[in-house]
Formats: sequence, C-alpha cells, structure tokens
Amino acid sequence: MAVGDRVDRVDAIAKVTGKARYTDDFFRPGTLVAKYLRSSIAHGRVTGLSVEKARELEGVEAVFTYEDVPPIKVATAGHPYSLDPAHADVADKLLLTDRIKHLGDEIAIVVAENELIADEALALVEVEYEEYPALTTPEKILAPDARKIHEDSSNVVGEHQYECGGKLDEAFELADLIHEEQYYTAMVQHVHLENHTALAYMDDLDHIVVISSTQIPHIARRVVGQALGIPWGRVRVIKPYIGGGFGNKQDVILEPMVAFLTSKLDGQPVRLTLSREECMLCTRNRHPMDFEVKLGMKEDGTAVARMVDVISMTGGYASHGHSIVAAGGSKSCLLYPRMTIGYHARTLYANIPVGGAMRAYGSPQITFAIESAMDDAARKLGVDPVEMRIKNAARQGDINPFSKLPISSCGLVECLEKGRSLIRWDEKREDYRNHKSGKIRYGLGVACFSYGTGTYPVCVEIAGARIILNQDGSIHVQTGATEIGQGSDTAVAQMAAKTLGIPVENVHIVSTQDTDVTPFDTGAYASRQAYVVGNAVYKAATELKQKILDYAALLTGFPAASLDLKGESIVNITDNNTSVISLNDLALSSYYDKEKGGQLTADVSHKTTTNAPSFGCTFVDVAVDIPLCKVTINEIYNIHDSGVIINPVMAKGQVEGGMAMGIGAALSEQVLIDQETGRVHNNNMLDYKVPTFTDVPDIHHDFVETVEPTASYGNKSLGEPPIISPPPAIRNAILDATGVAVNELPMSPQVLFKAFKSHGLLKP
Amino acid sequence: MNKIITFTVNGKKRELNVDVRSSLLDVLREIVGMTGAKEGCGVGECGACSVLVDDLLVDSCIYMAVWADGKSIRTVEGECRDGKLSSVQKSYVEKGAVQCGFCTPGFVMASTAFKERFKDKTFTRDDIRREHAGNICRCTGYESIIEAVEQSMEED
Repeated sequence: MAVGDRVDRVDAIAKVTGKARYTDDFFRPGTLVAKYLRSSIAHGRVTGLSVEKARELEGVEAVFTYEDVPPIKVATAGHPYSLDPAHADVADKLLLTDRIKHLGDEIAIVVAENELIADEALALVEVEYEEYPALTTPEKILAPDARKIHEDSSNVVGEHQYECGGKLDEAFELADLIHEEQYYTAMVQHVHLENHTALAYMDDLDHIVVISSTQIPHIARRVVGQALGIPWGRVRVIKPYIGGGFGNKQDVILEPMVAFLTSKLDGQPVRLTLSREECMLCTRNRHPMDFEVKLGMKEDGTAVARMVDVISMTGGYASHGHSIVAAGGSKSCLLYPRMTIGYHARTLYANIPVGGAMRAYGSPQITFAIESAMDDAARKLGVDPVEMRIKNAARQGDINPFSKLPISSCGLVECLEKGRSLIRWDEKREDYRNHKSGKIRYGLGVACFSYGTGTYPVCVEIAGARIILNQDGSIHVQTGATEIGQGSDTAVAQMAAKTLGIPVENVHIVSTQDTDVTPFDTGAYASRQAYVVGNAVYKAATELKQKILDYAALLTGFPAASLDLKGESIVNITDNNTSVISLNDLALSSYYDKEKGGQLTADVSHKTTTNAPSFGCTFVDVAVDIPLCKVTINEIYNIHDSGVIINPVMAKGQVEGGMAMGIGAALSEQVLIDQETGRVHNNNMLDYKVPTFTDVPDIHHDFVETVEPTASYGNKSLGEPPIISPPPAIRNAILDATGVAVNELPMSPQVLFKAFKSHGLLKP
Repeated sequence: MNKIITFTVNGKKRELNVDVRSSLLDVLREIVGMTGAKEGCGVGECGACSVLVDDLLVDSCIYMAVWADGKSIRTVEGECRDGKLSSVQKSYVEKGAVQCGFCTPGFVMASTAFKERFKDKTFTRDDIRREHAGNICRCTGYESIIEAVEQSMEED
C-alpha cells in the first residue's frame, strides 16, 4: 500500500545535499547576462530614448528597445490554449514597450558579458517620458474622463454577473436579517525563494532551448512560439527543479525574451535573472479586491441569500485578469449551497503592479468577504458562529447551485466538528467571556472555505504519463505534471507503485520536464495535478500491469487472469500466490529474448472531465493587545477534507505552509502602493513583511478523509486550499475578542490602530 | 581589480584569483562550482546563501570573497560524507522539512550551526526560531523545520 504511507520525498536527498539543480545552476562560463531597462514612472509614454552610449560600452553585446521587438501582443497567463476565441486570455503584452502601464514596465534590454557591465550600461541609457496621472484606485480608473490604460481596450478588462440557486430578490424577501458591509483585501506577493529566471541558447539554427523556472513548461513553449511568431515545435522548454512558484510561475514572463535574445545573438546562451526587487515589482501579485456584500439570514441562522459585488484590480496588464475573480466566485458557491447566490464582478486595468495567479486564485479574497459577513450576521443574530456554519454547510449530495451538479464528496460538517473539539471551542468561549475588556483581550474565530480541483469545465484538463519497465524490473515514470515543491513527483511514485503492486522504492521518477520528450500536461496550478495526473498514472499503470501479466502468461503458460504482480514477483493467485517468475527475469526476457517480447511501456494521455469540490476550515484562538495593536495567535488549526490523503507527511507540509502564508496575508503582508504615483514602497523582503521563523506560531492541522469517486486514488485538491480560511478566521477572532469588525486585510498594527481608535478602544 | 586568495572549502584547500567586488556566494557558485548555496535576494534578507565561515553562519551573498582569505568555509555539499547524510540532513528528509528545496541548503547550514552551538545545552522551540530567524522559507511554515531540528539534536 504505497498510497497513504509516510513515504520520504523522492527528491529530498537531492535537495538536502545541494545536488538538486535549479535553473541558475545550469549557468556556464560565457553565458551572456541580460537586464531590463524599466520605467521609473507608473503611467505615461516614452518620448525619447538614447541607448548609443550603452551600446558602445566595452563588454556590451547588444541593446534592444521597443522598436526592435516583434509587433505581436501575447497573453502571458498560463492557461491552456482556448479553441474558443471568446474565452481566450487577453493578449496585451509586447516584449518591450514605450507605453508605460506600471512602475517598472519594460522599455529596453541590455545584454552584456556580466551583470556589472549590464548595470553600468543601463545607467548610460537616457529616457524621457510624457507622464500621465497614475490610475491606482477604482474611483480614478472608472472616472468618465479617465485615460485608457491600454489604447485598444476599456479600463474594464472583464465583467460578468449571475444569480444561481433561485431568484435573488425573492430570497432576500425571506430574510429576517439583512447584513450589508464592505470588505477589502490588499495586494500581496508570492515571495517564492527563487526569483524568476530563464536561460536560453540555440542547438542549431532553428531550435531554441529555454531552461526556465516555470510551473507550465508546455504552455511556455506555446507562448514563446506565439510571441516570436515561430512554429511552436522549434521551441524546447526544460524545467529543472524550481524554487517555489505559488502561481507566480504560472505565467510566461521571461521565456519569450530570452528566446528572442538568443535568436538575435546567433544562439549564444543568454541568462535573464530578476533581482528580488524586480521580481516583487514586475512579475505578478494577488489581485486586490473591493467587496460589497449583502447577506440575508433567517433568525435561526439559516442563510437564504447573498449578493457579492466585487471590483478586482489586475494592474498594468491583464495576465490572468478576470479569470481570478470569476474562479473565486464560482468556487465559493459550493460552501453554503442551499442559499440563493448573486455575483457581479469587474476586473480593472490599473497603474499598479500586475495581478496574476496566486495560491487559491481569487478564493482567499472572496472567502474573506463572505466569511467575515457570516460572522457579522451571527453576532447580530446572537447565534454561535460554528453552529451557524454547520447549519448551512455543504453536505454530500447537495446540488452545487452554480454548476447544478451534485457534490460528490463532502466532509465539511465533520471538519467543523473536529475543529470545534480540537480547539475546545465551547469551553474557551465560556472562559473568554471574562476577557473582553482591559489591555489584553481573548477571542475565538472560525471560517470555512470551499474550493475546486482543477479547472474543468472552464479549461481542458489534460495529463500525460509514460511508464517503462526497466531492464532490472524497476520502473521509470515520466509525467508532464511539474514538481514545484508540492510533492507531485512523490505522489506520482506512490500512485504508480500502488496500482502496479510493486514497492515504491522500485519506482524512479523523471523529475525534469522537457517539452521535446515529456508527455503533454499543462502544468502545476489549480491544485489539479494529483487529481488529473493521478487519473493518467492509474490508466498507464493499469495498462502496463496488464502487459506484464500477459507476457508472464506467455512465458509461464498460466492464464493471465490467474496472475498478479506482488512486490517483485508475478504470482499465481489461484495457487496461494506462489511466485511463477520474478519481475526482474521477466524484464530481462522482454528486452533480450531474440524471438518474443519487446520493451514493455504504457504511454497515456488522459482528459479528466470532472472537478472535485474540497472543503475545510480554520479555528483560531487569539490574544489582542489593544495598546500595541498586536495580535498573538495562541492556537490555530486547519481541518481539511481533501479526500484520501496520498502522503501524510507531504500533506502536513502543504497545510502548514499554506497556513503560514495565510497568517502573513492576515496580519502583515501588503504591497504598499502610493496612490498618487503608483510607486511601490516595499518591493524587498525587509519591508514586505513575509512571515519569518519568529512570526509563525505552532501550527496544527487534521484531516477528514472522504473518498472522492471521480479521482482514481480518492484524492482532492490540497496544494492551495490551506491558505484560504486563516485570514477570515483570525479576523473573526479579533471581532470576538474586541467587538471591532476589521473589514480589511492585512490586519496590521496600523489598520488595527485606526479601527480601535474609531471604536473608542484607544484614545484619539 | 583581482586578488589571489586562499581558503579551504569543506576541508579542501583552494587558491583562487577573484574580482575584489565578488561576493563569496558568486565565487562558490561560479568559480568553485558549488551551486548548493542559492541566491534568493542578494542583500542578506533571506538566508538561502548561508554558509559557515570558520564555523560562523554568514550570508555569503553579502560576504566579500576577499574576506574569506585564509578562512575555512563549510557549505551544504560538505555535510554528506561517504554516502551518509548528516543528522541534520537526515532529519530534514524524515520530517518533511523540504519542499521546493531552494532555502534548504541555507537552512541545513543554519541548523548545523545551531546543533553545534546547542550541543550540550537545553533549548526551547523559541530558541530554534530565534537562531534560524535569518532564513526565510515560504513553503513549510517552519513547523517541520522545528521538528527536524529537534530530531537532529537527539542524534549524533
């Protein structure tokens, strides 16, 4: 039984010894270094650009400007190609531009012998701008006289509206209480430890090789081809180990540029590695969102209607754009599915850093608004927040009002009951009644979430797996699914071992993706991989196992139906599982018998046409220091229904890491943008408050294991979900402790100071 | 301007001609060829480049290569000997303290320094937190790293 075991990560030894190779570790002497010339303004037009002095500097190989790049706009979002042009991503990005849309926009690029010379050359470039007012807030962007940020598009890059689960106005009529409130979530950043980096060279005169830190090698291949206007088959993308992505590398950011540069420089190797400051300013971020929520409740805490109106800001370029707020909205319909739900969302261009995919893709923002509103309503009604959620929570068999499909597996109520017991909710709630005044106040909070697994039916869900029986009886597995730290390779090894019936130690994984040889898969995002690649691995392993048993039948004369693969032998199940031939001998025969056999392989491409809902909740116990405006987490639990847990150690890691990121978003993380100029104040790891070791408390978690019928191994999404519910749970705990509803993220000391002051907890 | 410097890396003596502007990290990665230590920020914020210089934990991205002249450098590559992981490395594997792995070489050196410093002392979880505070991990939430350090302290 390999699935469910505490198997060590297949890449752990490579990583603890420093042997694991990441993109920059492929650097070789002679590699040219490229550096962008970035705009020093957030909105405007380049009116003069002088690069001659830079070109003449010794050690500079070339300087390219917006006049030198292909006049092709591409969509950078790492989505599958859309056969329906109406659903294609917005193609709005040139390799370089003179139309500045955010601070740090890319105007020119220097290629030099080394980084120091590239920096010197950049200092010699002279730029003149015509500057426009920076449009940084919905009010400014939607003003009737606001300039169009993209000349050929409205500033509203996407908009949609729907009602589901009934008629909204009729449902609100049934409510005893209508709660209306505004909520806001700030822009935050992924801060993966490895910055974006890519290296390109040419193998011959036609083929471009790109080594890149990407979550989506096959999509990157396509987008490079599109951006350069060359056949996609001439591009080869290699993805080695990558130092985290969290969605920021589900976007094609550097690959087209390095491919362009090597193609212009006779195939010389060129590296483009962003500094931390560039990475934080000029890659992608979580979209900031403004919400208006209207919630209709019955007196007993039954939720009857909810209308959410949201404005999402995608920054200077669309990237994933409106998909984020659309996906977050639709996935939130699963949480309390027996109510009527309305949703209206708009996504705006803005002269701020670009929004893209980030862990849980819109759900953290929307869940903050919904789960804050639920607690506000519970307080007004005098209902226990846990009881209220149990009353409304999704159950197996409920109909998802958005998709109209039944919820195939759901352990949300059990998650809530487990969390309530683990944190000793009832006992502490009683105890904390005496700690609601004075300097230090105590409170409890809860919040739930719902999420999907993969992107179907919005996008195709295609996954590939190839399994080979090696000469020694071990197997090699190759998938298009990308290991980005989440443990995909190890999960695949466990799944293949289970279905074949062999020890997991006899499974070798090809970790690197290489688009010239790797089975096609769209990559790591939407917590899809263990689900969709699981279905492909199951199919490939089942097929290979049948080939092994058929060949064993040929060799031994026993009917294949009486044989099975157990451990390292083929056994006769009709004769007490006695071994009839070892897998090693069978493998040798398949390769080297002169008359029969052949390499035994299975090569499968599988499209998953389902989407499994996953659920969970956070329980948190906080102390709020009123004078210091400081929140201390005494205890925190995440409880997840992610179906069958493939590997408890890796699952624990996903939950703890997501919770820490959620705690950061709740209490400290925010990209600080000057509203007048669009300048960013804190694009570094010192001023952007990513949680350090001393900021994260002891973290606890548990699982409610359901069995998801649409997954070959019963599993559902787990990579992204843990980040979703900690911020609203912490917010609700602060509300419980202080009586102050903080309606924005992050709940930093500055924000709490304002809130406590306006509620009279602190003297003005 | 270049300068010839001599140091030992994981016990082996090296004589190198380095640009005086180079960081120890650049020299280790690009001249010595040891790419275990990583650059996550280049300015001493994240700790991915941590190595030991005369057994003291430093951010090699802001430690000039010329300062290392005459000193003894330890990197993650030297911690696994004769095919055997160090107790710190072994604990990181077993406790699941590794995800993307980019911060791991730096963390392994920080934990190695911690282990050597606290070998015969009592310590708390907060001591582990404080002594690793210069290293940022975005994947694990640090919980499994604490567990790995605790386990490594119980082993030789």
